[in-house]
Amino acid sequence: MSQFIDSCFEQMNQGEVIVAYKGEINAEVIADTLSLIEDKLVGTDIKNSIKKRLYNVLVEGLQNLYHHVDMPKELIKADWNSNFGIFTISYTEDGFRISTGNFVKNDKTPKIQEKIDNINSLSSEELKEFYKFVLNNQKFSKKGGGGLGLIDIARKTRNKLEYNFIKYNSEYDFFNFTTNINTEVTTSKT
Amino acid sequence: MELINIEGTPKTPTVNMNPETGVVGIKGRSIPENSVEFYKPIVDWLEEYSKSPQPKTVVNMQLEYFNTSSSKCILDVFKKFEQLKKDNNEVVINWYYEEDDEDMLEAGEDYESIIKVPFKMIQIVD
Repeated sequence: MSQFIDSCFEQMNQGEVIVAYKGEINAEVIADTLSLIEDKLVGTDIKNSIKKRLYNVLVEGLQNLYHHVDMPKELIKADWNSNFGIFTISYTEDGFRISTGNFVKNDKTPKIQEKIDNINSLSSEELKEFYKFVLNNQKFSKKGGGGLGLIDIARKTRNKLEYNFIKYNSEYDFFNFTTNINTEVTTSKT
Repeated sequence: MELINIEGTPKTPTVNMNPETGVVGIKGRSIPENSVEFYKPIVDWLEEYSKSPQPKTVVNMQLEYFNTSSSKCILDVFKKFEQLKKDNNEVVINWYYEEDDEDMLEAGEDYESIIKVPFKMIQIVD
């Protein structure tokens, strides 16, 4: 089992990594990671607005992990907590890359896939309208933003969302989700 | 009615609400894991305030950034102001954003278009 996680982690843990984490995702881990990244960016020439965008997308990505993990039972009994997740934050040529990984029940896989594919198919103007529609019309669960998180990430980064499902067993998939934040502002891609 | 003064934390904004002056201010970042819990007292206060509001209510929103779980709660807050306005009270909404922070400007425009109360967009220049 842990070999499976190690190989997923290995795949994500590439390039110039700033943070690589594997373990329980809780409020404290999210706060600590955010302040670590903030400290890293002090004194850099990255614009304030881009830093905020990065923090925003990071929080969204990590809170997605926090709220939406389905941990296979046998793994909870073994080494890991029920809120187990993986994430890496790294530098890229254009800015930053945030990659997260968590287990999901595979009956949810098609729905997540469909949601992301739909978001990726929208222009920036369509994303804006979709965001407003969901914000104003969809009931939010106690857990989170009713799917608003992914729309928000796509809108803020102006990049396509990347994902990959790795089959773990007959019941669970490992969901790897990656987003890129450019430090240079480019005109919105439509 | 009581004054509300909530001090900001790394995950929640500073909130000041004064029933005597009719000035409401929310400032800082809003990224708690459980936003409903944080915003409930604010929405409840506004509900109460709306029963006998000041003739003029001024709202100062100066958010650094916020997560999507806060976004719905912030909309609930704005809906209270929308209702105040519908009840023929004067409502001024000042939406502050830092120079070149187009994300925050856009966020203000999103809310403005949903609640249909004009926002005064105020750029903060260092």
